[in-house]
Amino acid sequence: MVKLKARIGVVAYQGAVSEHLRALERAGAEALPVKWPRDLEGLQGVVIPGGESTVIGDAMQTWGLLDALREWVRDGGAVFGTCAGAILMATEIKNGKPDQPRLGIMPLTANRNGFGRQVDSFEADICVRGIEGSAFRAVFIRAPYFEVTDPEVEVLAAVDHKVVAARYGRHLATAFHPELTDDLRIHRLFIEMATGGQKNPG
Amino acid sequence: MNTEQVTWRNKVGLAEMLKGGVIMDVTTPEQAIIAEKAGAAAVMALERVPADIRQQGGVARMSDPKVIKEIMEAVTIPVMAKSRIGHFVEAQILEAIGVDFVDESEVLTPADEEHHIWKHDFKVPFVCGATNLGEALRRIAEGAAMIRSKGEAGTGNVVEAVRHLRSILRDVRKVAAAPDDELPAIAKELGAPLELVKEVKERGKLPVPLFAAGGVATPADAALLMQLGAEAVFVGSGIFKSGNPEKRARAIVLAVQHYDDPKLLAEISEDLGEPMVGINVSTMPDEERLAVRGW
Repeated sequence: MVKLKARIGVVAYQGAVSEHLRALERAGAEALPVKWPRDLEGLQGVVIPGGESTVIGDAMQTWGLLDALREWVRDGGAVFGTCAGAILMATEIKNGKPDQPRLGIMPLTANRNGFGRQVDSFEADICVRGIEGSAFRAVFIRAPYFEVTDPEVEVLAAVDHKVVAARYGRHLATAFHPELTDDLRIHRLFIEMATGGQKNPG
Repeated sequence: MNTEQVTWRNKVGLAEMLKGGVIMDVTTPEQAIIAEKAGAAAVMALERVPADIRQQGGVARMSDPKVIKEIMEAVTIPVMAKSRIGHFVEAQILEAIGVDFVDESEVLTPADEEHHIWKHDFKVPFVCGATNLGEALRRIAEGAAMIRSKGEAGTGNVVEAVRHLRSILRDVRKVAAAPDDELPAIAKELGAPLELVKEVKERGKLPVPLFAAGGVATPADAALLMQLGAEAVFVGSGIFKSGNPEKRARAIVLAVQHYDDPKLLAEISEDLGEPMVGINVSTMPDEERLAVRGW
């Protein structure tokens, strides 16, 4: 029997949308852009890409995707956010715009631009829990880091003791950009999470 | 841990993160806040918008660092600033302030008639204007992490931006379809490094993101450039020289997000107040044209 491909959406208003679509396809999923609530139908996972968190969050609110995605998550959907996308998944945002619209589905604090401005951007080889083999080359761009206090949030990676990757049930957040490298291991991990049996806490 | 500061991938990566966004010219912290609230992906910090530079004449230089710093403090989105073509010390100063992107811009008066800035020497990424593929690839060879059309900034007339985008993308398609043995002759004709021409062929697009700039005044202008193949849009004088900047800024942001949806564009375009007054580029004397600056 042919195994059905996982159907993963990418929130497609602004940011590194095409890079995620390509990485997901290369990792073996069917990747689809998401702009409207109806686009969520039949998806197993949704990626919120890097970009500007203020712009993407505002667009999600404007076009009704924020509420629709929350409901979809309550029904068991899995979400993967990179950089700006991860910020939008956090329940708390430091250094954000006041009342910045967000999804707020992961109990952690995202420290926006926590590593500084663009002149402080960097790449690093990091170890990521759950990723086998060699270190992962992580690209950080005006990157946030996470403050984790909830015991149900699993820390997957840190740089200088700052959390840069975390998992919560079926949700995955990275402060860096796996979609900008050819290494598909983190996208594969998310596809597994989105199609696997684990449930979201709470 | 093997760590590397500000790699080429970091620079181009920030350009990628701005795709699908609108970058707005602002001259005060108040305007920057309006732009951020309207959904700008970044702002360009300036003392004067291009329309005023045109009107007032004289030598146009880098903005006062104080103005730029005030704008950086006012918003959380990336802040860009312009240096003159070839003026690498202005660029050094902008890098020292910590701006997120430097626009080596023909809107300011060129400081060097032969050489552009060698942008690889900088940690801060650069965006440069181009009117055709050869020019775009020469700028990328010098280290530009983003290319934009030059357009005719400050005119409210999109015709030049359309010309430049069409020219760049037509030549990209030509390169993508060319057999390998014709690439050296194409590189020679374009005046561009063969390696970059090869990369254009492999990717079927420029090696860095291609944004549109110059003369954007309406949501329809922005959507037109996106449909033609731009990956994001710069709006200069078009917003804060219009009757209702808040509304127009918001409308242009929404139009870029749904650039291929005419019904929605119709709704977005309604009741925006007066657009900026335009200038007809074809009747403009050559010495006033910006697109001919840079090479």
